[in-house]
Amino acid sequence: MADNQNTILQVENLHTHFFTESGVIRALRGVDFSVERGKVLGIVGESGCGKSVTAQCIMNMLPGNGRAVEGKISYYPRESIGSQTEKVDITGLPPRGKAMRAIRGNEIAMIFQEPMTSLDPVYTVGSQLMEAITLHQNVTKQQGKEIAVDALAKVNLPEPARIFDAYPHQLSGGQRQRVMIAIALSCNPTLLIADEPTTALDVTTQAQILDLMRALQEETHMSIIFITHDLGVVAEMCDDVAVMYLGKVVEQTTVDAAFHSPQHPYTRALLRSIPRLTDENQTRLDVIKGRVPDPSVVPPGCAFHPRCPEVIPGLCDVHTPEVIKLGGGQEVRCLLYDDKLMAQSPTRTALAESR
Amino acid sequence: MAQKENKTNPNGSVDSRTTLLEVTDLKMHFPIRKGFLRRVVGHVKAVDGVSFSIQKGDTFGLVGESGCGKTTTGRCVMRLLDPTDGQIVYYDREEGPIHIESLEPTEMRVFRRDMQIMFQDPYASLNPRLTLRQIVGEPLIINKVASGKELDDRVAELLRSVGLSPEYMNRYPHAFSGGQRQRIGLARALALNPEFIVADEPVSALDVSVQAQVLNLIKDLQEEFGLTYLFIAHNMSVIKHSCDHVAVMYVGRIVEVAETKELFRNPLHPYTEALLSAIPNPDPRQRKSRIILEGDVPNPARPPSGCYFHPRCAYAKEICSQESPPLQEYAPGHSAACHFAKELSLTGVL
Amino acid sequence: MAKQAVLIPVLDEEDPTLAAGFAKAANVSGDIGQLSVGQLMWRRFLRNRLAVGGAIVLIFMYSMILFAEFVIPYDHFVSNSDFVTRPPQLPRFIDSEGNFHLRPFVYGTETVLDTVNLIYLHKDDLTQIYPIHFFVKGKPYKLFGLIPWDVHLYGVDEPGTVFLLGTDRNGRDMFSRIVIGGRVSMTVGLVGVILTLIFGSVLGTASGYFGGIFDTVLQRGIEILMSFPTIALWAAFAAALPPDITAITRFFFISIILSLLGWTSLARQVRAKVLAYREMDFASAAKAAGASHWRIILVHMLPNALSHIIVIATLAIPGMILAETALSFLGLGIVPPAVSWGALLQDAQTVAVVLKFPWLMLPGAFVILTVLSFNFIGDGIRDAADPFAI
Repeated sequence: MADNQNTILQVENLHTHFFTESGVIRALRGVDFSVERGKVLGIVGESGCGKSVTAQCIMNMLPGNGRAVEGKISYYPRESIGSQTEKVDITGLPPRGKAMRAIRGNEIAMIFQEPMTSLDPVYTVGSQLMEAITLHQNVTKQQGKEIAVDALAKVNLPEPARIFDAYPHQLSGGQRQRVMIAIALSCNPTLLIADEPTTALDVTTQAQILDLMRALQEETHMSIIFITHDLGVVAEMCDDVAVMYLGKVVEQTTVDAAFHSPQHPYTRALLRSIPRLTDENQTRLDVIKGRVPDPSVVPPGCAFHPRCPEVIPGLCDVHTPEVIKLGGGQEVRCLLYDDKLMAQSPTRTALAESR
Repeated sequence: MAQKENKTNPNGSVDSRTTLLEVTDLKMHFPIRKGFLRRVVGHVKAVDGVSFSIQKGDTFGLVGESGCGKTTTGRCVMRLLDPTDGQIVYYDREEGPIHIESLEPTEMRVFRRDMQIMFQDPYASLNPRLTLRQIVGEPLIINKVASGKELDDRVAELLRSVGLSPEYMNRYPHAFSGGQRQRIGLARALALNPEFIVADEPVSALDVSVQAQVLNLIKDLQEEFGLTYLFIAHNMSVIKHSCDHVAVMYVGRIVEVAETKELFRNPLHPYTEALLSAIPNPDPRQRKSRIILEGDVPNPARPPSGCYFHPRCAYAKEICSQESPPLQEYAPGHSAACHFAKELSLTGVL
Repeated sequence: MAKQAVLIPVLDEEDPTLAAGFAKAANVSGDIGQLSVGQLMWRRFLRNRLAVGGAIVLIFMYSMILFAEFVIPYDHFVSNSDFVTRPPQLPRFIDSEGNFHLRPFVYGTETVLDTVNLIYLHKDDLTQIYPIHFFVKGKPYKLFGLIPWDVHLYGVDEPGTVFLLGTDRNGRDMFSRIVIGGRVSMTVGLVGVILTLIFGSVLGTASGYFGGIFDTVLQRGIEILMSFPTIALWAAFAAALPPDITAITRFFFISIILSLLGWTSLARQVRAKVLAYREMDFASAAKAAGASHWRIILVHMLPNALSHIIVIATLAIPGMILAETALSFLGLGIVPPAVSWGALLQDAQTVAVVLKFPWLMLPGAFVILTVLSFNFIGDGIRDAADPFAI
């Protein structure tokens, strides 16, 4: 996939560690995925799986005690469309360097979960929006203001000129998230990273924001990395899905395959465990036993094996699964699809054949 | 704001089972204070005339967006807050109807054995200074039900019933994950053998894979102990999965009450319709266009005139901004507070 | 959810596969789940080197003032006209000829008349060597005012003297005076803070928990109290004390004066904490289980607020010490012949004195050391107070 003309971002074997007082936390333990140009990739996972850390790595803005110790993030800038691909190695750039700042906020933009804390309460919406615009675009103040009001109108905020002069606390949660989107989109990024953008919002407001993001994506053809824990939102928004568990992508595939022919036992179990409207009332849900372990104590072998309903003792707790490519671009990290290892495990060979 | 809503039991007529809890015209107005002497300058009408009744053995869902007053309603029922107005009648096994809203604190203390509550935030609901024995055993100690060895046995039994090992009795809450803490919270709620539990967003702080465990546990315990739940949530899928009846709240009022399936299939209130339409469907093959509401939920300190939903309602007519529609029964057990509930044909999701 | 600590051990439902899988990964020594919050805080506190250092210094200083009569070689009030403003006699191991002595010694004193200023100046007499002996018999005293004893920590043979930190303008041993002065200065803060704690936590808790008109009146009252200029008010109170009371009565009055104004900020902080805990679900759960107000306050609020109260108290002690020092320095607090660090510093009020006899400033160094130590400890406890933070 790496040499594909259509790839805008490629993450390979990314390892990120946090060095804390009580030891090293291996937040990412080899993350691989790629984002296609003009597509929406959903990254799903539960708390502690490393989805937000992945976003921070792509933006090259890890907190002070975190470091990408291994792996590569390659970004293929917009200029390269059509001509030969000239890639930028984000992990190799200094986080505060000029090159990174030219990309961050300009070509790759980000919106966050909590719109209240990501806007500065002492500045007006307008001045924060103008800051983003004048930083990356060579425009006069007057032009900047026009672009800003325009951006506010584009995210369907009523009376954009009034909102321009408003302070964040005067807006509702949904309006603040719209402002964040306006700021993120003001420089026409080619890649937008949305980290749980609707988790803090009510369901009707979430519907508004999702609707808006979809419309803007169709209009600008930007790529989006949509990070969420809500499988419903993924099904609504995304073209491709990467499922993360404890610092690794365990499955990457198209959204249709993810929901209709999931291959990794974790993806399957996750889909079975969510309540659905179409269920008969009051039926028992299928559960995944146990809980997500703390990232400081990752189980050996396949990290999911202690909770996996299809675990093979003696295999899954020993061998670490590699990425296995299945048909239709589906990639999965699971020993059940490792023919060589499965052949060595006589007890389960029959099971594998029946699959 | 004192218009009397429909005083009759909105969903009791179809059900011949006994009513356990009946709430009538409940109001909870929080004063807004300002200035040096903290003078009252207005009221936040968090709950503004809510009526519903819960049948024994039922799970009654209360759903709505943040700030709609669902949590406040739950706390008023528990008398963790003293309601401004209205009646809360609990039909006790032996003593017959009890007016919770007018009980003296000492009487309330005795009565609390019958009703318990579990909370949303697994981190704030357990005192970090106490061991599991002290947390789960607290209701037993306070009410002098058990002590010593007997207390230990009872706590062990409670922990087992929520799927935790009694060995954990001497541990502190910080050793447990969110899902396990919710189990501990449930064990504490069960300690006094209550009949009725207010479950305030019991799974909304949990991971997807753990949510199912807790929902199943809540269901299992209901069967085992014959519990009745007031189940407060904002997630429509969870409500659909767990509840027998649902009341939809908007800005401190109930806009619609019905049997769950009926409400999801044939909503009568435009707000319910929009709420249902907004549920993200975990199936990419069924993407559809949604009803997108304009604007935001109004501030309960300054609600709009007439029907609170009219500024955002696609079907609003002139009367909607002038008169507040009462909650009326339109089909057996199905009530709605909309002037046009009969005329509109709204779409559900089933 | 960052509250979920990294130091969490792995507990899990009774599933052997699960438990085995996690146990392999966990490799945790001991079981942190059994530790109470207090124990976790203690562990965290011990990791803070500055705080532990501060604690060691304070333990050392407080044992010094507790055993003061044993520690000091001379009575702090005895003048010695032969040794007026003698510079510190530093203990040495190597003499002027380069010989090494296993036992530390001090030099004797050589006195010369400064004909310009007409005062006697003292220097070390390199020919006289007085070895320092430990646990020597000397003037009898009563340890803790009870046990008669006559052994002192150190001393030299007559006619030698050992003024480790020099002498003052009456020839009194500075070290002895500082240790005895520390008794007042280092305890006035403690007594003051205890009074402050009682006022502050009772009023703060009541104000926060019950709220209403009591809360409003109290908060407005605190605001008015806090707007008074403190030094002036202290001075006014202190000046109002009758001049003929004993030193010990004066000391207690000063503590009360300091805490009368000091409780306000503590009460506010306790109130804020109580307000936060009152809204916590575990307090509601206790109420739902039928707990009384007393139980909720004593079992659920105070233990949780305690660590914060300790932090506030620890950080308030230095303020009290400094206040006493300031009052005494101005001659309004502890007055001679009683000693406190502030009273001792009165001798160092002019630049001329300080330039000529810089060791008269040493009580100030003890004030600084004590205040810093308390601040380090307070910071350490504050950091430890939330053992779940990463």
